[in-house]
Amino acid sequence: MHTFGYRANALLTFAITALAFICAIASFSDKFSNQNPSAEIQILNINRFKKQSHGNDEVSLTLDISADLQSLFTWNTKQVFVFVAAEYETPKNSLNQVSLWDAIIPAKEDAKFRIQVSNKYRFIDQGQNLRGKEFNLTLHWHVMPKTGKMFADKIVMPGYSLPDAYR
Amino acid sequence: MDWQGQKLAEQLMQILLLIAAVVAFVVGYATESFRTMMLIYAGGVVLTTLITIPNWPCFNRHPLKWLDPSEAEKYPKPEVVAVSSKKKSSKK
Repeated sequence: MHTFGYRANALLTFAITALAFICAIASFSDKFSNQNPSAEIQILNINRFKKQSHGNDEVSLTLDISADLQSLFTWNTKQVFVFVAAEYETPKNSLNQVSLWDAIIPAKEDAKFRIQVSNKYRFIDQGQNLRGKEFNLTLHWHVMPKTGKMFADKIVMPGYSLPDAYR
Repeated sequence: MDWQGQKLAEQLMQILLLIAAVVAFVVGYATESFRTMMLIYAGGVVLTTLITIPNWPCFNRHPLKWLDPSEAEKYPKPEVVAVSSKKKSSKK
């Protein structure tokens, strides 16, 4: 500790270690927050339901998505990534998940919302299995913290179905 | 810096940084602002740098007592043994 260099080095390493420590505690403090998100999705309209030229089914829907994800935000949250997926079973695959819509929520104020939107990404099946198909719509969210581990969860809403014939 | 000063500087640095970290976390958690925590901690690091790194006079209050030059003369350096004496012994 007898030159500027030695003292500066010791100070810098200790400062960074202490910084890592408080970031770890900040990330740990997330466990004490009470989280109760809620969501509801309605299918307003099925715009198109046809078979593509190369044989796969395609659906175009309009969704009414309302959600309250404000309780997911803590002081250590940077943003929340949320997406809606349709889940169903076919003879070929035991689980199909097709992402229909997603968004990034940057702040707590934007986390309570209701929007009506047509599906952002195309709902295409591997095959022609969608006629009369019953499926779940799940709302997934990924909470991205400022420091620490990202965690994800979802709400499953069952009971949606597609019509029996092409339109 | 002298030895006492170095010890003081090191202890001061560790204590100040720990206090800055604790205060930063408590205030940040209370105000729910990550930015506040980072700003307070950065301020604490800068303050600690200003206090412990430069050579302030308070760290030089116990200067080392070097021996007087007159003391050194009482204990002369030992002489180097000459190479020629070795040659004499080998001839025998």
